[in-house]
Amino acid sequence: MTEISTAENTQPEARQLGGVLLKVDDISVSFGEVRALIGVSFDIREREILSIIGPNGAGKTTMLNLLNGVYSPDSGTIVFKGETRQRMRPHESASLGIARTFQNVALFRGMSTLDNIMTGRNLKMSHNIFTQGLYWGPARRQEIEQRAFVEQIIDFLEIEAIRRVPVGRLPYGLQKRVELGRALAAEPTLLLLDEPMAGMNTEEKEDMCRFIFDLNEEFGTTVALIEHDMGVVMDISDRVVVLDYGRKIADGSPDEVRASQAVIDAYLGVSHDET
Amino acid sequence: MSGGQNIAISGDTIPELLIERGKAQPHRSAIREKDFGIWQSWTWEQVCAEVRAFACGLSEMGLARGDKVAILGDNRPRLYWAMAAVQSMGGVPVPVYQDAIADEVSYVLSHAEIRFAVLENQEQVDKVLSVRENSPALEGLIYTDPRGMRNYKMPFLHGFEDVVERGRKHDAAQANFFDGEVAKGKGSDLAIILYTSGTTGRPKGVMLSYDNIVITARNANRVENVREDEEVLAYLPMAWVGDHIFSYAQALIAGFTVSCPESSDTLMLDLRELGPTFFFAPPRVFENILTTVVVRMEDASALKRWMFTYFMEVARRSGTNILEGKPVPLGDRLLYAMGKVLVYGPLRNTLGFTRLRRAYTAGEAIGPETFNFYRSLGINLKQLYGQTEASVYVTIQPDNEVKLETVGKAAPDCEIKIADNGEVLYRSPGVFLGYYQNDDATAETKTADGWVHTGDAGVIDEDGHLKIIDRAKDVGRLANGTLFAPKYLENKLKFLPAIREAVAFGDGSDYATAMINIDIDAVGNWAERQGISYTNYIDLADHDKVYELVAGGIRDINANLAKDPNLAGSAIRRFLILHKELDADDGELTRTRKVRRGFIAERYGTLVDALYSNATSVTVEAAVVFEDGRKGKVKADLKIRNVDGPVVAEPLRKAG
Repeated sequence: MTEISTAENTQPEARQLGGVLLKVDDISVSFGEVRALIGVSFDIREREILSIIGPNGAGKTTMLNLLNGVYSPDSGTIVFKGETRQRMRPHESASLGIARTFQNVALFRGMSTLDNIMTGRNLKMSHNIFTQGLYWGPARRQEIEQRAFVEQIIDFLEIEAIRRVPVGRLPYGLQKRVELGRALAAEPTLLLLDEPMAGMNTEEKEDMCRFIFDLNEEFGTTVALIEHDMGVVMDISDRVVVLDYGRKIADGSPDEVRASQAVIDAYLGVSHDET
Repeated sequence: MSGGQNIAISGDTIPELLIERGKAQPHRSAIREKDFGIWQSWTWEQVCAEVRAFACGLSEMGLARGDKVAILGDNRPRLYWAMAAVQSMGGVPVPVYQDAIADEVSYVLSHAEIRFAVLENQEQVDKVLSVRENSPALEGLIYTDPRGMRNYKMPFLHGFEDVVERGRKHDAAQANFFDGEVAKGKGSDLAIILYTSGTTGRPKGVMLSYDNIVITARNANRVENVREDEEVLAYLPMAWVGDHIFSYAQALIAGFTVSCPESSDTLMLDLRELGPTFFFAPPRVFENILTTVVVRMEDASALKRWMFTYFMEVARRSGTNILEGKPVPLGDRLLYAMGKVLVYGPLRNTLGFTRLRRAYTAGEAIGPETFNFYRSLGINLKQLYGQTEASVYVTIQPDNEVKLETVGKAAPDCEIKIADNGEVLYRSPGVFLGYYQNDDATAETKTADGWVHTGDAGVIDEDGHLKIIDRAKDVGRLANGTLFAPKYLENKLKFLPAIREAVAFGDGSDYATAMINIDIDAVGNWAERQGISYTNYIDLADHDKVYELVAGGIRDINANLAKDPNLAGSAIRRFLILHKELDADDGELTRTRKVRRGFIAERYGTLVDALYSNATSVTVEAAVVFEDGRKGKVKADLKIRNVDGPVVAEPLRKAG
């Protein structure tokens, strides 16, 4: 995959990463006898792009679901924006500023692109079902404000042409872009992306990478993504966390991880003893 | 629909006319742009203010009279204002095709000695930055869309708003400066340089004066009854003379509103929303729209398909006659009226053509099916013939004299004559001043008394209409003396729905042959219905059944050719289907999508040789340029087929 940067045209700014935004401390999750995550710890700094990689079944999506509040850890804590939590519900995580996309695209298939992204503004809207139902006065004004914001996102993601198209009819690559739009509509501090490049060709991947870079730079959004395409991971990540059979086996810059023997073994396959 | 006030304005130069328009009708919409989902508009007064401010800003940055300023981007109000601003300061705008690759842009920047460039967005800025070192005269770059420009910190790079701000201050300090500069402009001054993409060699810079543009636009408005309440979608490249005349000059002189679409992806949607009254597209766009309609009808319900087939037959019978005011039996009229409600009206609405008063097409021959389709729906589609060197109009078909095979009668004040070798020459007030820095080419094209060689061969028919046959230099002969007009054959080939592009060969050879590009939409759709599976374009283009489909079409064409004794001998005997579409980025087509036959013959020389042998296949390996400018290589084996049976050289006989 080719380099995305236009480094020769821009002043290379050092990556301005902030303090620790989210910290996962000694997390373990089991589903019955299956130990999905075992004592995993890492952190994510503000404005960082962090990739979570690992062979299939390593526990990556479980980790994302954990950060999102879909699962609760059996032991260990999550510290987000300085607050320690043992249990968090998905709607709590959403109002705290965590948004995500899903591996299999969970859009409302009968609704248009525009409407799908508008649903992402849900928590920003304050009116109740009655005032919104009547579509009058303050509710109408708010709808217009939200629409203006969503149009900015549509412009950012270059999806004007499919505004009114029901998302069920869109090709897979565009559906993923719309889902990204819906996540961005929530103005998240932390964006969790579950395999955003899956099923895309090279051109679509390059577009998606460009959007991730741009939103990280323009909006200062921290991004944690699960990804299998090593080219993408190495090109866009500030840091990479590697999981294997529920354990973290590496955590560092893309170059460090690429050279790590433990990572190479995990991907190429070395006989494991059951632990 | 009244024509509005139709206030006439009388200035000689574009800036003078703009100022007049701004005073005469300050609150009418001048230009619109769809942005963030809504149409945003500016009045003539607002446009004048923006142009004034930007012009003063440019002047403060150092723009001097006679300086050339490049304009590069999609159709955007700010880019049109930049053009007018440059002109008001006595400078010369030089628009460049927005999809030009860096090398092409570099050529224009250095050849025209461009001092400033107004660029739409980051993509164009990057393009220019990558070739900046080749153009030492280039001093300043101005971008109109700030997205993505956050980290660009070069001192010579400025945002549009910043320049406008500086301009306002400058204007406030020296209130008479702007008007003073505008007053210095004369009708004979150089107004714009338009580089023609040209089918051979490097592009040439056509220099047009204000007189060229203004007089031509005024004449066109008059003879075509263009009014103040026209609606036009500005979607054709700003570097093309047509857009400059239709969306810039004619709009200003008639006072109508021009609308810029949101993006190239949303074009059909925006067209439909706007419902233009005045529209231009090259024939292939009309063909593509027709193909889309036909393809989508295949997917419609049985009832709709029946309605479409039945009423399109009604339209075919009577539609054109009704449009032209000819007698039609009452029964057919009633059927047509029913068709209007059920089919033609909704169809025109979907395409955005409900309000069309006139739709022009030019540049190439248009297929009979396509032409009749639109006219039978009641759309006033007509042909015109023109060149950049003529400020567009050489001939126009009048409303009541629209014919398939001709390009129309001479435009107002335009004289036409046919040379002995069949070449068409013209003379008009729109004739260009010359080619920039290329007196040799100017002398070759324009005679001392102002006649221009078009390079096209044509005849004038009994109604006084001009009929174009082919490029004068391309009309050739087969080895046995038979007339060989490659364009004529290519047009017939392209009128087959399965074929998108074709190149014919045969001059000096024993028989005619062709290289074909299939139309992926039409053939793909056909393949699906036939149960033929394919993975991609190359796969489909290689399929035996597709070859049979094309061969069948060619057999029909040959049968048609056989009817004309002059052309019977140029029947196409062998053909091959190319593995990739001919592309302007690879230099195979011009930016206005005409085939560059010489270039193609050279690049695919091995294929041409194989066509004139008995080979049944040939390997091609060619360098290609991807859309982002990267280079790559493509290799494929192409099948060659005889159209019918083994090929024998035509026995020597006199041309009929």
